[in-house]
Amino acid sequence: MDLMKDWELVIGLEVHIQLATNSKIFSGAATAFGAEPNTQACAVDLGMPGVLPVLNKEAVRMAVQFGLAVDAEVNRKSVFARKNYFYPDLPKGYQISQFELPIVGRGHVDIVQKDGTIKRVGVTRAHLEEDAGKSLHEDFHGMSGIDLNRASTPLLEIVSEPDLRSAEEAVAYLKTIHGLVRYLEICDGNMAEGSMRCDANVSVRRRGEEKFGTRCEIKNVNSFRFVEKAINYEAERQIREILAGNSIRQETRLYDSTKNETRSMRSKEEANDYRYFPDPDLLPLVIDDEYIAGVKAGLPELPAAKRERFIGQYGLSNYDATVLTGSKELAAAYETLVGLVGKEPKICANWLSQELAGYLNKENLEITESKVSMEQLAALVGRILDGTISGRGGKEVLEALWAGEAEVDGIIEAKGLKQMSDTGALEAIIDQVLAGATAQVEQYRGGKTGLFGFFVGQVMKLSKGQANPGQVNDILKKKLEG
Amino acid sequence: MIEKTIAELSAGLAAGEFSSRELTDAYLQRIATLDSKLNSFVTVTADAARAQADAADAARRAGNTSRLLGVPFAHKDIFCTAGVRTSCGSKMLDSFVAPYDATVVRKLKEAGLVTLGKTNMDEFAMGSSNETSYYGPVRNPWNLDTVPGGSSGGSAAAVAARLTPGATGTDTGGSIRQPAALVGITGLKPTYGRVSRYGMIAFASSLDQGGPMAQTAEDCALLLGAMAGFDERDSTSLDEPVPDYTAELNQPLKGLRIGLPKEYFGEGLDAGTAACVEAAIAEYKKLGAEVKEISLPNSGLSVPVYYIIAPAEASSNLSRYDGVRFGHRCENPKDLLDLYSRSRGEGFGAEVKRRILIGTYALSAGYYDAYYLKAQKIRRLIAEDFKRAFEEVDVILGPTSPSPAFRIGEKSDDPVSMYLNDIYTIAINLAGLPAMSLPCGFVNGLPVGLQLIGNYFAEGRLLNAAHQYQQVTDWHSRAPAL
Amino acid sequence: MSLGSEEVKKIAHLARIAIDDANIPAYATNLNNILALVEQMNAVDTSSVEPMAHPLNVSQRLREDRVTEPNQRELFQGLAPKTEAGLYLVPKVIE
Repeated sequence: MDLMKDWELVIGLEVHIQLATNSKIFSGAATAFGAEPNTQACAVDLGMPGVLPVLNKEAVRMAVQFGLAVDAEVNRKSVFARKNYFYPDLPKGYQISQFELPIVGRGHVDIVQKDGTIKRVGVTRAHLEEDAGKSLHEDFHGMSGIDLNRASTPLLEIVSEPDLRSAEEAVAYLKTIHGLVRYLEICDGNMAEGSMRCDANVSVRRRGEEKFGTRCEIKNVNSFRFVEKAINYEAERQIREILAGNSIRQETRLYDSTKNETRSMRSKEEANDYRYFPDPDLLPLVIDDEYIAGVKAGLPELPAAKRERFIGQYGLSNYDATVLTGSKELAAAYETLVGLVGKEPKICANWLSQELAGYLNKENLEITESKVSMEQLAALVGRILDGTISGRGGKEVLEALWAGEAEVDGIIEAKGLKQMSDTGALEAIIDQVLAGATAQVEQYRGGKTGLFGFFVGQVMKLSKGQANPGQVNDILKKKLEG
Repeated sequence: MIEKTIAELSAGLAAGEFSSRELTDAYLQRIATLDSKLNSFVTVTADAARAQADAADAARRAGNTSRLLGVPFAHKDIFCTAGVRTSCGSKMLDSFVAPYDATVVRKLKEAGLVTLGKTNMDEFAMGSSNETSYYGPVRNPWNLDTVPGGSSGGSAAAVAARLTPGATGTDTGGSIRQPAALVGITGLKPTYGRVSRYGMIAFASSLDQGGPMAQTAEDCALLLGAMAGFDERDSTSLDEPVPDYTAELNQPLKGLRIGLPKEYFGEGLDAGTAACVEAAIAEYKKLGAEVKEISLPNSGLSVPVYYIIAPAEASSNLSRYDGVRFGHRCENPKDLLDLYSRSRGEGFGAEVKRRILIGTYALSAGYYDAYYLKAQKIRRLIAEDFKRAFEEVDVILGPTSPSPAFRIGEKSDDPVSMYLNDIYTIAINLAGLPAMSLPCGFVNGLPVGLQLIGNYFAEGRLLNAAHQYQQVTDWHSRAPAL
Repeated sequence: MSLGSEEVKKIAHLARIAIDDANIPAYATNLNNILALVEQMNAVDTSSVEPMAHPLNVSQRLREDRVTEPNQRELFQGLAPKTEAGLYLVPKVIE
C-alpha cells in the first residue's frame, strides 16, 4: 500500500499457547479437544463453592522449558494473581494468572527474514494462566450456551516487546514461536483448534519519528494469514485516521476474518479494572537452580542450534536452513532424505523445501502428512544425481508420485523420462542443430557467446527434452569452439 | 447421657452402655424439642443420621474401635456435604445441594461420626452475632434475647444447649472462638493450613480455618486429630504429621510461660470479663505457670487491616455466585449485566454486600496500594509482634471477646461497633496462629471466654493448657437451662 | 476519603450488585464508617515492610499431571438454574 511508505508499524504480539498437559492447570480434569460440552469441566473448573486450585507440575516444567529456550530469566519465585472480571465463560469471576511476578522474565527469539538476515525480537515475559471456557452463540431461544470444557486448560502467555516493524515480521515471529513450542513439544500448535492464539498490539508512526503512536490491541488473530491481514488493515486504518486529523483511541479491537476488518470491542473497555491481587489459594511458586538445570538437560536440540548445524554440516544457506528447521518434523525429514541419498545435501534441500513443499502447501498438509515418502524422494533425487533423468524429468516424477504412483523407476520408464546419455546419439543431434543454424554458429564464433543457450534449447527440443543437459553442454562447447 | 462430653460418650459406646442409634435418637429428639427456641440448625438430616448410627453400631459389632465411632455431631453449614443442602447461611445457596463432601466432612465421616445436620451461621461467615443469616438469627441458650456470637453461632449454640456434643466451626477473624466464648463452650482455631479448606466455602482464603467446637479441650483434641492433616486438594494445607493431641493433655503446666499482652487488658475490656480472666490467670499460677506481661504493639491495627484483607479476598471469592452454574438466579434477566447484578443483589444479604463493596473498592485501580497493600504490610508487623512474643513465652493468654453476649439487634445497624467485637481474635488469623477459647466464668448469667494463643503448630500445647485448667474448674460443664 | 453516592454506584457496578437507589445513601454511610476505621492504618510507616499475602512462609506444592476427575456433568448441571444440550444458558453474549 502506498500509504505505508511514509509510515512505520510498531507491533508487539501476545501469543497464548495451550500447554500440552494431560490434565488442567489447576484440576485433574482432562484437556482433550472436542469432548461433549461440559463433560471435562470438574467441580474445580466450574468454580463450585469450596473448591481449591492445585497447580499442575507439568505446566510449570513446560513454562520453564520455554523460558530456557528463549534465553530468558526463569524467575525463582513467581506469584499467581487473580484477574477479576465477570464474564460467562469465566466461572469463578476471576482468572488465575500471573501479574507482577511471572515465571519467565525477559528473553528473546531470533527470527530470520526473507533476505536471510536475522532479527532479534525481545520477549518481555511469559506467564502461566488458566484458559476460559467458550460462549456458543447459536441461538438457544435468544440465549447463549456456555461450554466450560476449556476452562482451566493451562496457557502460557508469551508477550513480545514492540520490536516488530511489519506484518511480515510479525508472521515470522509467530512462526518462530510456533516452531519452538512444537520442538519443545509443549503445545501442538494447532491454531484451528485454538491451541495457539494471538493478539496484536499495533501502532503507527511516521518514519523517523521516535515516539510510539497510540496502540490498539487486536484480539482474535488466530492464523498466520489473519495476523498479516489484520495488522495491515489496522495499520491502514490508523494511518487514515491520523491523516484525517483524528487521534487514535487506545482500545481493544476484534478482528473479523470474514470481513477482513477490525472493530472496537466496547464491551471490554468498560470492565477494565481487573483488581489484580495475589491469589490467596496459591502460595508463591518457588523453583531452584537444580530444578532448572534438570529441565535444561532435558531440552531437545532447538531450532537455532539446529539451523547453525545445518549450515555447517550440510553447507546450506541461512535461508534454506531456516526453512528446513522451521519444524521439527521437516528437519527430521530432511536428515532422513540426506541420509538415504548419501550426498548433495543442497540438492536434497531444494527438492524437499521447494519442490515437495510446493505440493504440501497447495494442499495445506504437514510434512508428516506428505503423500510422497522420503524413501521415494530419495530415489528420485538419486536418479537425478546419477544422470538418469533431468531436473525437469524429476518434477514430472514427483507429480506422478504425488498423484499416487509408487515406484520412481517405473514412472521414469512409463513416461520415457530417461535422459539421452549415449554420446553418439547426442552428437548426431547436435550436429544436426549446428548444420541447421550456420548463421548463429558464425555469430557465436565471432564472439556472441550469448547464443550458447539458443543451441542448448534447440538440442533439448530435438531430443524431446531427454538429452542430458550436462553432456549437451560439454559436447556443444567442444564442437563450437573446437 | 445428653450432658456427656464426646470422650464420655465414646467410653459409653465402647462399654456398650448405649448404642449409637440410641444416642442419635436422643439428640434428634432434643433438637426437635428445643431448637425452635434457638434456631441453631438450618437442616436436620434425621434419616441419614439414623442410618449412619446403625452403620456405626454394626461396625462396632464387627470390631471397629475408632474413638469417634457412632458419636453424633453437626457441621456448620459452610462445609459442603454431598447430597445435603449447603446454604452457607445465604439465600444465594438456599437450594444448593453440594455435589461433594468437604475434606473435613469426609475425614470425620471416616472416623465414624454421625451427622445430625447442618448448623446456622452468619451469611458466608460474615458476622459476629449470627444475625446476618438468611435463616434468621440464632439465640444464645443462656439468654434467648442475646446473640450467640458468630459466625459459627449455630454450632456454638447447639453445643452449649447440648443439642450435639460437638460441631465444626470456621474461624476467619474469630468465628469459632468468639461464639464459643459467648455461649460458654470450648473452641479451637488451628494453625492456618492445619485443617484442609477444601469444601469449606471460602470467605477470606488466607484467613479461613476450620476447627472443632465442643464442651471440653479433651473433646477438641479428639476432634482435631480426626480433622487435621495434609490434603492434596488444598495447596495451602501443610504436610506436617498429625500428632495424637490427647497424648499431651495431661502434661503438668509447671514452668509453662504465659504471656499477657498489655494491649488486651486495656480500654474497651468489660470489667466483669476482665475479672473472670484475672481469676483464670490466678488458676494458671496455681497450676505452676509463670506469667509475664508482653506487648503486641500493632495488635490495635488488626481490625482495620482485617477489614481490608478479608473483604478484598471475599469480593473475589464471591464472584462465582453469578446465577449461571448454581445458586440464586433472578427471574427473566434482560441481559448479562442484569443477570449478574440482580442475581447477586437478590441473593446476598446487606452485610455480604457491604463487604463485597469494600473489598472491591480496596482492590480497585488507584486504591490498591493505599488499602490492600498497606494492610498486607501491617499484617506482617502484626505477625512479627507474635513472633517476638513467642521467643519469650509458650502461650499467650487474654480475653476472647471484650464483653459477654449483647442483645439481638443491639449492634446490627452499626457494622463498625460489631467489628470491634473481634478485636482480640482477629490478629491471630492475620498471623495464622492457633488459638482457642474456653469458658472461664459468668457475668450477669452470661458466659465469659478465655483465649489461649499458641505458636504455629502448637495446638497440642494449647489443648494441654486448656485441659489442665478444665481439670481444676467446672465452667465448661455448666449447661444452660432450656 | 469519603465515598459519595456516585462512587458507591460505580463500585456496585464493578461488583455486579444491584442496589436500589433508595439504599445507596445507607450503604455510603456504612462504607464511609468502615473506611474511617481503616484510615487508622495510615498512622504506621510501612515504607520498609514487605507485604504479607499469606500467613505461612511456604511455597506452592505441585500435583502430578494425571486425569483424576471423571465426567459428572449430570450431577453438576442438576444444580444449574438453566441448561440445555449440556450447556449453561445465559442471556445473549455480545462481543
